[in-house]
Amino acid sequence: MEERLENILSCHDGKHFELIPILQEVQHEFGYLPEQEMSEVARFVGLPKSRVYGVATFFEQFRFTPMGKNRVTICRGTACHVRGAQRITEEIERKLGIKAGETTEDLEYTIETAACIGCCGLAPTIVVNETTYGNLTPAKTIKILSEREREEATK
Amino acid sequence: MSEKNQTILICQGTGCASSNSPEIQKNLENDIAEAGLENKLDVKLTGCHGFCQQGPLVIIEPEGTFYRHVKVEDSKEIVESHLQNNKPVERLFYKDPKTGSPVQRYQDIEFYKKQQQRLLRNCGHLNPEKIEDYTKLGGYDALKKVLFDMTPDGVIEELKTSGLRGRGGGGFPAGRKWEAGLEAKEKEKYVVCNADEGDPGAFMDRSMLEADPHSVLEGMIIAGYTIGAQEGYIYVRAEYPLAVNRLKIAIQQATDKGFLGENIMDSGFSFQIFIFQGAGAFVCGESTALTLSMEGKRGMPKAAPRPRTTEEGLFDKPTLLNNVKTFAYVPEIINQGGAWFADIGTEKSKGTAVFALTGMVENCGLIEVPMGITLREIIFDIGGGILGNKKFKAVQTGGPSGGCLPEAFLDIPVDYDSLISAGSMMGSGGMVVMDESTCMVDIARYFLDFTQQESCGQCTLCKLGTKQMLNILEDIVEGKGQPKDIDMLLEIGEAVNAGSLCGLGQSAANPVLTTIKYFREEYEAHINEKHCPALACKALISYRIDAEKCKGCTMCAKNCPVEAITGEKKEVHMIDQAKCIRCGVCMEKCPKKFRAVECVPGRLNEGGE
Repeated sequence: MEERLENILSCHDGKHFELIPILQEVQHEFGYLPEQEMSEVARFVGLPKSRVYGVATFFEQFRFTPMGKNRVTICRGTACHVRGAQRITEEIERKLGIKAGETTEDLEYTIETAACIGCCGLAPTIVVNETTYGNLTPAKTIKILSEREREEATK
Repeated sequence: MSEKNQTILICQGTGCASSNSPEIQKNLENDIAEAGLENKLDVKLTGCHGFCQQGPLVIIEPEGTFYRHVKVEDSKEIVESHLQNNKPVERLFYKDPKTGSPVQRYQDIEFYKKQQQRLLRNCGHLNPEKIEDYTKLGGYDALKKVLFDMTPDGVIEELKTSGLRGRGGGGFPAGRKWEAGLEAKEKEKYVVCNADEGDPGAFMDRSMLEADPHSVLEGMIIAGYTIGAQEGYIYVRAEYPLAVNRLKIAIQQATDKGFLGENIMDSGFSFQIFIFQGAGAFVCGESTALTLSMEGKRGMPKAAPRPRTTEEGLFDKPTLLNNVKTFAYVPEIINQGGAWFADIGTEKSKGTAVFALTGMVENCGLIEVPMGITLREIIFDIGGGILGNKKFKAVQTGGPSGGCLPEAFLDIPVDYDSLISAGSMMGSGGMVVMDESTCMVDIARYFLDFTQQESCGQCTLCKLGTKQMLNILEDIVEGKGQPKDIDMLLEIGEAVNAGSLCGLGQSAANPVLTTIKYFREEYEAHINEKHCPALACKALISYRIDAEKCKGCTMCAKNCPVEAITGEKKEVHMIDQAKCIRCGVCMEKCPKKFRAVECVPGRLNEGGE
């Protein structure tokens, strides 16, 4: 077993109700839920793999593929929606060439959506990695992404 | 320690923190130290002060000077001018949108004036990461009173007198729920705080947890004592890292001070609180789904007849489940008495209501108002009216389970029952204002898209019915709607609401049903005339350049992401309709003095204007 997983499991007793916290920790450590690790978790808590997979797929938090290096999270809350989040989403999807929920082939970018990030006063908003951008328009969004690209290129 | 006569409060709710308020605090602290003032005043971080749209906020007490949109580089001026020379920095004052005049104190700003802050009384005033701030204001006094002077029945009596109803949206009387918890015969019982705020466009619970976590903890401990439970859980969304972190700090500090843990204040009563991070499923707001997910299972609501959670909840034991705000009201009700709480509000909805006021309104933020206030007062007085002087169209409450109310309802009192009879609901507190640029068919589509994804899948009508409705709505906004679609939506919608097990399904069609009821003509325009009156649905609009107004500045062409605009410098530009993706960037970029780009209904011929 991978050491990182061992470290996580060693803090738990293997009770059924620990399943979700364990999966959260695994995802935090690995960036997603790798199949191998899910099997180990299933054995650890004494549940069939199908049940663990069933729980993991039920909740939006869990991912089954690796994330891109940069995460663009688009808020799809109601306030953002009425202030034009749809157009922001389309611009980002077009610019990065992937749909929300997908990762670019070079693993540079992942686009995610959030039910609401709670900055409704700044709607529409996106979060790029740790930075929140508010009061967006399609033109501002293009500018933010282009500037990031240039920064990356000069690194 | 010398008496400090000024306090500088720096809002670090999620909204302000995301616009750099931690940096502002650092700079202020440095500049204050440099000026040698650190012994004369306190600098502290607070949770959400409410007026998120004006963030980042810096407030100077005792007088309440309100600095908004503060930038990191403003710190020096605040220190030198205001703190050293007693000359407040006027350019950072809020400006009244109606009169244009600057307002110095937050108490004088319209947004705050009509509010009545009982639940939010500490929010934005105390440091949520320091328990001393809370105890100084009488925090944990209610717990002492309950443990040493009150019986469980006495607490329940006080709650009944207060008329407090569940603030998660259901509105079940809290006193009766607590009584059922007390009467449950099992030895093992639980208290669970529902902080799984899943409504898009709502952030009341999160703000509460971030700004005043101890009120919630105190309410839960009192609940534990009242029903005879030893363990409590806070079910909080994993997407709220700041709230989780502040809760962890608060639990640790309360334990260290002896308000939590074994033998609380030598009363013989022991109580522990744990945090459970919800993994993101809207349906887990439903009580049985919530407890199932805490047990490590899929969060699928139990079949009817469902046992009451107070009889069979977490681990099949009696469980008292209340919303964050419900628990947070309790300490003040104990301190001031149930009658104090009940002295405002309406006959059946007592006390105050907390809303996240957002959307196309001038003043967005977190507000607390007496029950019974009208929607008009909230939107036009506190909210300052519609953004950019546009026309009001609708207000949405209750999230994906609620409805959109038109202008005719602006004068109804806001309380549980009036909103339900109008076709919407109180919900947990999201209030989204919409103006003439919001398409009501698109809003219905938006909510259906959400519920359809969040449906747990066990009820056929909910899972497949919402999908069918979504398909129809997508057709309509794309201009492919059929005349029979409206009746079809009504028929499926009523079936979905009638044939689903839980609250999610039973209310899933509400956004569609209310928009058809109140805005039917918008549906008809989309279907019959292929026209979107709000000019919002992309498939039904075009952008064009007015040849009379275009001065050939090339801004539109330079910024068009798909190179659909042609034209030489100083010559009239043209949009190639075949290439245009109708993103609106050209209209946004066209200088205001020209305003040559316009959005027009219908699709212009491809290849030309």
